Amino acid sequence: MITAEEKRVASLFKWLMQGVSYAVFMAGIAYFSVLPVYEHVDPSKAVIKLAFNHAGELKEKCRRLTPEEIQKLAPNMRRQTQCGRERLPIEVELYLDDQLLYRASAPPSGLWGDGTSTVYQRFVVTPGSHLLTVRLRDSYRTDSFDFEHSERIELRARQNFVVGFRPETGGFSFD
Amino acid sequence: MGSLKRALRFLFQRVEYSFDAFFGPALNPFVNLGSLGWFFYWIVAASGVYLYIFFDTGMVQAYDSIEQITNVQWYAGGVMRSLHRYASDALVVVIILHLVREFSLDRLRGKRWFAWFTGVPLLWFIYACGISGYWMVWDMLAQYIAIVTTEWLDTLPLFGESIASNFLNNASITGRFFTLMVFIHIAIPLFMLFLMWLHIQRLDNARVNPPRALAAGTLISMIVMSLIFPAVSQPPANLDVVPAVVNFDWFYLAIYPLLDVVPGGQLWLAMGAGTLLLILMPWLPPQRNKPPAVVNLDNCNGCRRCVDDCPYSAITMGARTDGALFDGQAVVNASNCVACGICAGACPTATPFRRATDLVPGIELPNFSIASLKEKILESTAQLQGADRVLVIGCENARQVSSSAEPDVGVVTVPCIGMLPPSFIDFVLSRNVADGVFINGCREGDCFNRLGAQWMRQRLAGQRDPYLRRRVPRERIHLCWLGNGRKKRRSRELAAFRVLLRDLAVSNDNGGGKAGG
Ligand code: HEM
Ligand code: SF4
Ligand code: SF4
Repeated sequence: MITAEEKRVASLFKWLMQGVSYAVFMAGIAYFSVLPVYEHVDPSKAVIKLAFNHAGELKEKCRRLTPEEIQKLAPNMRRQTQCGRERLPIEVELYLDDQLLYRASAPPSGLWGDGTSTVYQRFVVTPGSHLLTVRLRDSYRTDSFDFEHSERIELRARQNFVVGFRPETGGFSFD
Repeated sequence: MGSLKRALRFLFQRVEYSFDAFFGPALNPFVNLGSLGWFFYWIVAASGVYLYIFFDTGMVQAYDSIEQITNVQWYAGGVMRSLHRYASDALVVVIILHLVREFSLDRLRGKRWFAWFTGVPLLWFIYACGISGYWMVWDMLAQYIAIVTTEWLDTLPLFGESIASNFLNNASITGRFFTLMVFIHIAIPLFMLFLMWLHIQRLDNARVNPPRALAAGTLISMIVMSLIFPAVSQPPANLDVVPAVVNFDWFYLAIYPLLDVVPGGQLWLAMGAGTLLLILMPWLPPQRNKPPAVVNLDNCNGCRRCVDDCPYSAITMGARTDGALFDGQAVVNASNCVACGICAGACPTATPFRRATDLVPGIELPNFSIASLKEKILESTAQLQGADRVLVIGCENARQVSSSAEPDVGVVTVPCIGMLPPSFIDFVLSRNVADGVFINGCREGDCFNRLGAQWMRQRLAGQRDPYLRRRVPRERIHLCWLGNGRKKRRSRELAAFRVLLRDLAVSNDNGGGKAGG
């Protein structure tokens, strides 16, 4: 037979274990809501972001229409020149000192390839003094690049260094 | 798939039995996961409303306003903030467990597809809420989330420009994305509530509130945790500095580290495929539908008991079509009916005391009629001998007693224990078909058909129609709610029950006749 005393102990034990269950659950919730920490980037490194939008030149050069061709167009649609919509991809190169970090050809966006090209890249690099060089070609030119910028930079640990491109202010921006 | 379900089922059972020991079956958190989900949702909603009152929705001011809430009014706003975070995390935990458990119980196939199907998008919404919530703090974690999330979104061919470019550095940032997040963080929970409501539309008596003691224990322990270990912000966001190492909420962000190793596009693909697989789960492989319950109008008096007891909202009361003067008639919606038979167990006309030719109740299963139940009972008990003859009536979802291993025990299996009309127990004992009835059903709170075992208990206790008549000797009924585990314990209970029956026989011989008659 189970005595009243044993029953009391058993029910006390049950209460205790319920309390322990709640405590363990809540402690688990609180713990994993902040820990362990996640190392996304080595904190002794710096990051260079190469990011911009830029439209390449048109694939077909605009050309003058001949008088016969103008004649063929509907009267309200007559114009002197014809231009294609499609754009060239842009070619980008990024060097850190003499080391090539990135070289790519960014295609134009849009269903008809008539939009801007987008570049967005993140690089984890060692802090310190570096010569950073970036080049961009947005035309049919083959011998060289249309834009180029080279500058000595000082990177601190965890610094976020952005290489942008704004042709209206003369090309690449480093900040 | 079947063996995966069985393995998971086994695992859950092991854990649940040990929780039963401390909490008892009714308060066991594992049988209350869905309702705990609702409970956490309400905690998050209520604390969220409080926080929003003091929150400044501007990107620049947001961080400071949250610091104020956390530190200046730590006893109110601080606790609210902690509750908001911890209940959101707990929601993830219980819902993932809920998903796996319902899967292991196979409560998703055939006509039960609806709850599963509507549950899957809820997962996406829970995550969208949590992630947008961390964004709103605009601390270093928010900065990390903003950068990685937008980079990840950029791998989808949806946006013309790179949206990650919105978070390049302090010079280029604008508040428009932040405003969008605030909007998302309020709009999605509202939509979630609608989906949660939809989720249980095909279930009758869905438990959306956990038992009071469980709710109290959960809330109190969460408040205590909020006071001991309050949720705080990390340093404010500064886009000129790399968020290299961050404190991480693993409940919401566990997949983010993958983005540092797997291309974002592939992760989207994997998650899309995973979601599709989840959505299709109820039909993998398709289940053959059992024929739905049928109504026999000659025997239906419109009492509504079947409507009240059907766990799947498959019966409604319709206008009388046979001209009889009753209030209405039962109408079965075949696309909801899973053929559990619980309605037959509820119908007052399903009684074995009627002549066999008449034994057609108002509602029953076409491939397991009440008349055939009576036949099976008589057949399985015909050969039994002695003073401890036992009729085991078991649910097909619980582990069955083997009649060959147990001499003088007859076994009848029903689709759900809730299909057994209590009058059958009266019949077996009063007609001396057997000396005792052993009811073998699913574990408490764990009925495969959700409510069958609960209705059975209430009917036997006289709390629910149809009652077991008072004259039936209760000592000759043994209720065994062990589900499909615990083979040994079941045998022990059966053996003990038979000893009791033999003792009863001796005492009856000594003094007066057997009860009933
Ligand atoms: C916010 C999230 C969710 C909440 C609050 C919730 C809540 C509930 C509730 C209250 C029930 C009824 C339990 C009962 O009374 O028996 C239920 C059943 C169910 N839920 Fe959920 N649930 C959620 C998410 C999910 C998810 C993600 C899935 C799976 C993909 C899921 C699958 C199911 C299934 C299969 C059932 C049982 C249906 C049946 O018995 O036929 N739920 N849920
Ligand atoms: S058998 Fe009866 S109780 Fe079960 S789902 Fe069908 S109508 Fe509802
Ligand atoms: S329980 Fe039986 S009598 Fe009552 S409404 Fe349903 S079918 Fe008709």
